[in-house]
Amino acid sequence: MAAVAAMAAAGCGGVWRQARQRFARWPGPGSRPFSRGHRAVVCNARGGAVSAGKSGLAPWIPVVGLEIHAQISSNSKLFSGSQVQFAAPPNSLVSFFDASLPGTLPVLNRRCVEAAVMTGLALNCHINKKSLFDRKHYFYADLPAGYQITQQRVPIAVNGSLSYSLCIDNKMSQMVTKTVRIKQIQLEQDSGKSLHDDTRSQTLVDLNRAGVGLMELVMEPDMCCGEEAAAAVRELQLILQTLGSSQAVMAEGQLRVDANVSVHHPGEPYGVRTEVKNINSIRFLAKAIDYEIQRQIQELGNGGTILNETRAFDSKLGCTIPMRDKEGKQDYRFMPEPNLPPLILYDAKSLPANMNHQQVINIDWIHERLPDLPSVKREKLVEQYGILPEHSFTLLVLAELWKGEGKTPLETVKEHKLELLQDLKELEQICQAVIDGQENEVLAIKAGNRKVLNKLIGLVQKKTQGRSNPVLVKQLLEKKLSE
Amino acid sequence: AALKDALRSQVSAALKEGRVTPTELCQRCLALIKSTKFLNAYITVTEETALKQAEESEERYKRGQPLGILDGIPIAVKDNFNTAGIETTCASNMLKGYISPYNATVVQKLLDQGAVLLGKTNLDEFAMGSGSTDGVFGPVRNPWSYSKQYKEKSIPKSHSEDKEPDWVISGGSSGGSAAAVSSFTCFAALGSDTGGSTRNPAAHCGVVGLKPTYGLISRHGLIPLVNSMDVPGILTRCVDDAAVLLGSLAGHDPKDSTTIQDDFKPFELPNLTDVSKLSIGIPKEYHAPGLSSEILAFWSKAADLFKNAGAKVVEVSLPHTRYSIVCYHVLCTAEVASNMARFDGLEYGHRSDVKDSTESMYAATRREGFNDVVRGRILSGNYFLLKQNYEKYFVKAQKVRRLIASDFGKVFRSGVDILLTPTTLSDAAPYTEFIQEDNRTRSAQDDILTQAANMAGLPAINVPTALSERGLPVGLQFIGRSFQEKQLLTVAKWFEKQVQFPVIQLEEVKRHDSGVFQQQKSASFS
Repeated sequence: MAAVAAMAAAGCGGVWRQARQRFARWPGPGSRPFSRGHRAVVCNARGGAVSAGKSGLAPWIPVVGLEIHAQISSNSKLFSGSQVQFAAPPNSLVSFFDASLPGTLPVLNRRCVEAAVMTGLALNCHINKKSLFDRKHYFYADLPAGYQITQQRVPIAVNGSLSYSLCIDNKMSQMVTKTVRIKQIQLEQDSGKSLHDDTRSQTLVDLNRAGVGLMELVMEPDMCCGEEAAAAVRELQLILQTLGSSQAVMAEGQLRVDANVSVHHPGEPYGVRTEVKNINSIRFLAKAIDYEIQRQIQELGNGGTILNETRAFDSKLGCTIPMRDKEGKQDYRFMPEPNLPPLILYDAKSLPANMNHQQVINIDWIHERLPDLPSVKREKLVEQYGILPEHSFTLLVLAELWKGEGKTPLETVKEHKLELLQDLKELEQICQAVIDGQENEVLAIKAGNRKVLNKLIGLVQKKTQGRSNPVLVKQLLEKKLSE
Repeated sequence: AALKDALRSQVSAALKEGRVTPTELCQRCLALIKSTKFLNAYITVTEETALKQAEESEERYKRGQPLGILDGIPIAVKDNFNTAGIETTCASNMLKGYISPYNATVVQKLLDQGAVLLGKTNLDEFAMGSGSTDGVFGPVRNPWSYSKQYKEKSIPKSHSEDKEPDWVISGGSSGGSAAAVSSFTCFAALGSDTGGSTRNPAAHCGVVGLKPTYGLISRHGLIPLVNSMDVPGILTRCVDDAAVLLGSLAGHDPKDSTTIQDDFKPFELPNLTDVSKLSIGIPKEYHAPGLSSEILAFWSKAADLFKNAGAKVVEVSLPHTRYSIVCYHVLCTAEVASNMARFDGLEYGHRSDVKDSTESMYAATRREGFNDVVRGRILSGNYFLLKQNYEKYFVKAQKVRRLIASDFGKVFRSGVDILLTPTTLSDAAPYTEFIQEDNRTRSAQDDILTQAANMAGLPAINVPTALSERGLPVGLQFIGRSFQEKQLLTVAKWFEKQVQFPVIQLEEVKRHDSGVFQQQKSASFS
């Protein structure tokens, strides 16, 4: 860990290490002792992170929003009939429209609209019964038409929310539920891929991906650190995979996440934000965000300013670096897409009498057929099988991974010894054993230092391989210690 | 059968009865194209494939199984429609040598019905212009420049056979198609109409030019100028033929999301005799500045014609007409800027040799590939789409567009069936005079009478009316209600019958036509 930190420090001007040291001295309300090795920022129970500035100065509140692009799982592209497939030979899945041949016109893919509606409903969004398509113009080799068709004015879904759970500390003994607001979901085209061949001063363009359907999800800046963002994205992944609207595998580019990060003092307006791109995994997402928060805090602490810029995350160095910005702010010259009429969706009330669900998209019909979402499945697991909530998370991920293997959750739980330890006597014995083995800690507790109890609880958890209920363990230990 | 014969009434019958074969028809057209090469109406002549198609048609006629009325009929297509395996240039360096890999829907429909494609016709580059003078293959000459009627009236500048000095423009941007139909090299041609590009050259070349309702005919494969206004246009020698073409082209296309879903039923035009139930509107704003006294007189005579026949003729007002030019300018250039963004030299078309960077390659390609007119519109359009200008210009223009469209709505709801207006401000100008002003100025002047119909998406048709003092065609325009082409064409047909527009007397055609050269009586108009 130290070696990594040193490397990071060397590569990014020592900011990383300095930030951590500064944080360790801050006693602030509600914050926990900074454990060496992991996070630079910790979120307190109220949900807002409180990080240190120079001692004596006001604290900083980090603000994190996310812009997520999820590739829609469909047979063909958003506006053309060519196939969607990962890792096909270059330029083998390109229709005339995808290549922007003159005279071709977009035709909307029904399945993509359904995927967006399902996702919107699963995220508690309001589905706009009328949404519009626009052109966003810029020149780039992987954008054949010179514009992307997107939904800038009126997207398909707005004002939703995503609930996710977070462990307060590393020991998974306390979970808290948080919510992030979903600003909107919009349908848009993916671009092709560019491979820069610097040795030959050329760029190779593969248009297989050009025109594939994307859902862009905007998460409001309700998060405060990398861990929250990572947890939110993990939950989103599970939801998308459950719905089948996207396979959401980051490694295959089916889920791309950009983070918007800023910091400000409490009571003051939000600070200037930077956009962080080039994040290839959820782990790097958390790292990139936490690094950027610290970078901004240090910059502002030194009297500098934050530029409203786009920064790339360098995973090797563990830091963010400014992206080359040649022309200043881009003006995308948005214009309505004249070849696509407004997208009209219906519900049971507005559906005209002579139309059936095959001719149009009926939001209510889709809603009725939504599968159980992960949060619902987890609740059922806890209720039915008495496992710990934390384990229901793991289980669900396992279930997703092992889909189709035919094991029931109960079988899986038993197989991996995940069920709660029900035998009270056994638990008592373990508690006693821990007490007997930690003389110093027992003395400290009896002397009045209640916090050390947590260490004992942790040891019991370790001995039971996490299968004990921490609340119960605490009760047992306290009972024994007072005897 | 003569090449001058009307498709529906005569040629089709002749083909069916074997009085003429598709191959003969095709060969005669191809020969006439060759001898009228100086008109520069065609960019590409597809001699081989045309003859092959004619042969196949002949086989079908022999078996007694023609595909329909269009089987074996030679047609021409404006060079901004995609034609599979055939060069499609839009009269631009950007697409010189570009071979389309697919057929536009309208082209496919014609081929499916056995039509014989003679070639691709000339136009203003990317359909931007009102003279067909600004394409890279040179200007189109109006066949009437070489007509007996024009030569008789014009002051001879020289005694030689020199064809250069006084020829007049064909109008634009579908000038090649209009000239091709006018000079009898084909029986019908496809044009496009965005601000009048089918009706304007139709008026100057003395042919019927139909702009259908937006959404009736598929634009799939038509290289767009302004997606929200473009329509495929139909050019023929008589209104009945236009109805035939319309019947074979109209209808929903799943490849074009802006076509209406409703079923389209092809129709035959009734021979209207009683116009007493008709209400003709005369919009006063179409008495535009620059309208020649000659055309004003023809317009007035036409109104009287209807009145005397018992129709109700009323003056109406379309108050926002005067804003249509600037409104059109903003919306047109904005869409052009967007539509032309795809021409970057990467995937197809012209690519510059400049290789320093991608950006420099783009810039050089577009500078080399586009003419001034196209580049000017792209720059204007991008300006109007800038974030700081969008509300002020683009959104404002959209609002004005709605006002222009609702002007028509109000008039039609007040009981008026059809509007009668001039199509152009004057007869065709000599080329040397026309090019004194730049493309933008000319377009702004010439589009005034035709562009409002594009803004409102309404159907409109030019019907050749009479010859001017100079012996050149003058046409009048009828504008109808959305999707009421049948009513529009019925009235147009009645009018056509009344005016008896004279047949062009071209030496070249005389030589090629083995049939009797029929002198048609001119109407009392000329």
